[in-house]
Amino acid sequence: MSENKEHALHIVGPRIYVIVFALLLLGTATTIWASYVDLGILNPIIALGIACSKATLVVLFFMHVKYATKLTKLTIFAGLFLFLALVSMTLSDYISRAWGSW
Amino acid sequence: MSDNSAIAEGVLETAQHEHPAHLRHHFHDVEQQADASNFAMWLFLLTEVMFFGGLFTAYLIYRNWYYPAFVSASHQLSIPLGGFNTLLLITSSFTMAMGVWCAETKRKSGLVLCLILTFILGLGFLGIKAIEYSEKIEKHHVPGFHYSLNSFLDPDSDAAAKAAGDKPLPLDVARHTEIYFSLYFAMTGMHALHMIIGIGILGFMIFRASAGAYTGGHITFVENFGLYWHFVDIIWIFLFPLLYLISRH
Amino acid sequence: MSATIVSLPDQSTARIPKMNYLSKENGLLSWLLTGDHKRIAILYLISITFFFFIGGALAGLIRLELLTPQSDLMATDTYNKVFTMHGVVMIFLFLVPSVPATLGNFFIPMMIGAKDLALPKVNLLSWYLYIIGGILVLVTMITGGVDTGWTFTTPLSTHYVNTNVLSTGLAVFIAGFSSIFTGLNFIVTIHKMRAPGMTWFRLPLFVWAHYAASILMVLGTPVLAIAIVLLALERTIGIGVFDPAKGGDPLLFQHLFWFYSHPAVYIMILPGMGVISEVISTFSRKRVFGYTAVAFSSVAIAVFGFFVWAHHMFIMGVSNYAVLVFSLLTMLVAVPSAIKIFNWTFTLYKGSITFETPMLYAFGFVGLFTIGGLTGVFLGTSGTDIHLTETYFIVAHFHFVMVGGMLMAFLSGIHFWWPKMTGRMYPEKISQLAAVVTFIGFNFTFFPQFILGTLGMPRRYASYPPEFQILNVFSTAGATILGVGYLLPVLYLTWSLKYGAIAGNNPWQATGLEWQTQSPPLTENFATMPIMDHEAYDYEWLEKQNQIQQKEVASVG
Repeated sequence: MSENKEHALHIVGPRIYVIVFALLLLGTATTIWASYVDLGILNPIIALGIACSKATLVVLFFMHVKYATKLTKLTIFAGLFLFLALVSMTLSDYISRAWGSW
Repeated sequence: MSDNSAIAEGVLETAQHEHPAHLRHHFHDVEQQADASNFAMWLFLLTEVMFFGGLFTAYLIYRNWYYPAFVSASHQLSIPLGGFNTLLLITSSFTMAMGVWCAETKRKSGLVLCLILTFILGLGFLGIKAIEYSEKIEKHHVPGFHYSLNSFLDPDSDAAAKAAGDKPLPLDVARHTEIYFSLYFAMTGMHALHMIIGIGILGFMIFRASAGAYTGGHITFVENFGLYWHFVDIIWIFLFPLLYLISRH
Repeated sequence: MSATIVSLPDQSTARIPKMNYLSKENGLLSWLLTGDHKRIAILYLISITFFFFIGGALAGLIRLELLTPQSDLMATDTYNKVFTMHGVVMIFLFLVPSVPATLGNFFIPMMIGAKDLALPKVNLLSWYLYIIGGILVLVTMITGGVDTGWTFTTPLSTHYVNTNVLSTGLAVFIAGFSSIFTGLNFIVTIHKMRAPGMTWFRLPLFVWAHYAASILMVLGTPVLAIAIVLLALERTIGIGVFDPAKGGDPLLFQHLFWFYSHPAVYIMILPGMGVISEVISTFSRKRVFGYTAVAFSSVAIAVFGFFVWAHHMFIMGVSNYAVLVFSLLTMLVAVPSAIKIFNWTFTLYKGSITFETPMLYAFGFVGLFTIGGLTGVFLGTSGTDIHLTETYFIVAHFHFVMVGGMLMAFLSGIHFWWPKMTGRMYPEKISQLAAVVTFIGFNFTFFPQFILGTLGMPRRYASYPPEFQILNVFSTAGATILGVGYLLPVLYLTWSLKYGAIAGNNPWQATGLEWQTQSPPLTENFATMPIMDHEAYDYEWLEKQNQIQQKEVASVG
């Protein structure tokens, strides 16, 4: 009688965790450094990009999603998609207010 | 009264209880139970994504509208403290992941150690948060509680603003820093609340783990809590650059 | 109405089965600490009925006030509190949990061949959260009420009233979690606990409808939660996120509020549509036309429903471009609903239709929901919305879809599954009468309101120009009839618990798994775990099963 199928097949080991941990620390250092450099419009893009990469690492490896079922991946995607819809559609109102009447 | 034989031959339930104590009777086997509770945890995390999502939406709108005010206000936050906190939280995610591995590989003392480390790191995070908050309180940067615009109207009077090389803001722009701090406290406060709840559960888990509850093959609780803890870490991964690192040049 | 499909056992020998979920354990604690989804459903049924009548009494007060053009029955502030509490109670404490928490809780496990929902303790917690939210609403009412309208529109709710916004907000927050946990439970159950052979496309459409509604509950409600949190912070501390004086935008609250509250209307209607699919199929003895289309349209309603919320804000100050985009998207969301109406209609075509009470309510639903839905298109078109919004046209629109639609679907479902839940039939003649009375009363109450709205009578006003009085009087008269129509079921359904005919397993000769076992069901639902080997709504399969059974009885006897 086995536990969750994933565990029988994919126990993520310490080696991967250490690598991801190191990458996360590196990402943190990079994003702090980047905020002190004037890159114009790229600053927020880089900051968000690094944050998204770190989050992706945590999701895929710490949260085992790389080895998870399609359903889990679909669930996460649905949540992310709706979050993006909330943000972008609301922001679209605010940004387009400045465009004036027509 | 027996069932209508209209239902095709079903699987007869075994009357004997040859299953682990933790198997709930409405499930066929532990696999289904673990699978279901794991999925349920992910759905719960989705609700958290949408909950924080509202706050991130508000933040993005106002940062767009009041960028200069947000820049100046963010200079009131300490990067060393925030960065160190990020370090603590990422490390706690690492120790939590290691804890799950210990549970999976039935290493009881390893699990207990990892949980204790996660607990301490979490407490450390909250401690530093408390220091940051008390700083804000002292400087009257808490919206609604005698909020003071002095640091922004006259940056030379404020150490942090001076260090960042801020110029004085016009009054109407300076007023918008209150929105920044509203969002700062709402977002970090909500995050801290989730951490407090997590640390509470960690405490409970440390006791149960020492009794061997999670190293006998039934790791669902640890696993699912791990998901929660990593999620709280992810929120902070976004909060840190958005609140602390808007522009430091 | 001479034909009937009702097939009851011989009343002289029939008995309620001794072992069932009601008789399993006795005592208050066995109910208050139960994990049985069926008992929790009954707990919910009693609670939501209670709150329905509270909301109904408030509606009565509204209609009484509106008999005369002046604000003479109560002070205008009081009137504001009355319609606010009517909205809060009816939406959060009745409509949102109505079908999911009662019929959904009871029948989803049975329909998929499971013993219970995936998370029974979470299910019970859901009910307790609902009760706490409900009690808080009652406390709010007693301690002075809230007068902002159920929509808590800012900046009124943040800066210009000193009524119980916070406690109402807290009540809604807690009730929201009840809803989230119910939806979460359903999604996990439907994904992970289907019986062998129960593929997605063999599921009853009732289950598909609840799956779609559950997605909305889980993903939409948290945004309402954060809107309430921010509202509370704004009101108490004055953080400024919604305060123009501090640079905030009141519309931000409305964006967050409606991001949930629009999907909320689909949370409310989808489970009702699920009921209608079951009822129309059973009482026309035909499989639902276009099963796949109906299943996918449920999910499509859920998905599109997330992208149209700002059509509640056309006149509030959103940008013209946002108005354009949201208006276009609103046109899209009407399509899947219309698909369902078409499919139900084609199910009826060439079916063997009988007019038992659930079917009467279903017919009412189809007609009234169509009218309500079509008037939604007028409101989704931004040009006409500017004229019609905040008038009685809106009030009539949402009452047509929610009361003419959802509430009729709820009553249809209660009557349809009453024999399964209780083992007893309700009295057919009086229930048919009640259905007709409800339909007549409803139309008298709400149809005049479309006219009133087009003529310009604003909503949420205690007084109005005298030329509107005659239509208001019609409306109030209709409301009285409607009240009778709603009171009758409470009386005769309670009566039927003791005196109703014994129903047997399958009085309607319906095809769902829940009808293939005893009434009332066993606690574990099925004595042997079913294996699903036929499609949904397979009346030929049912016929074969009956023939097999008859042969068995003949060979034994």
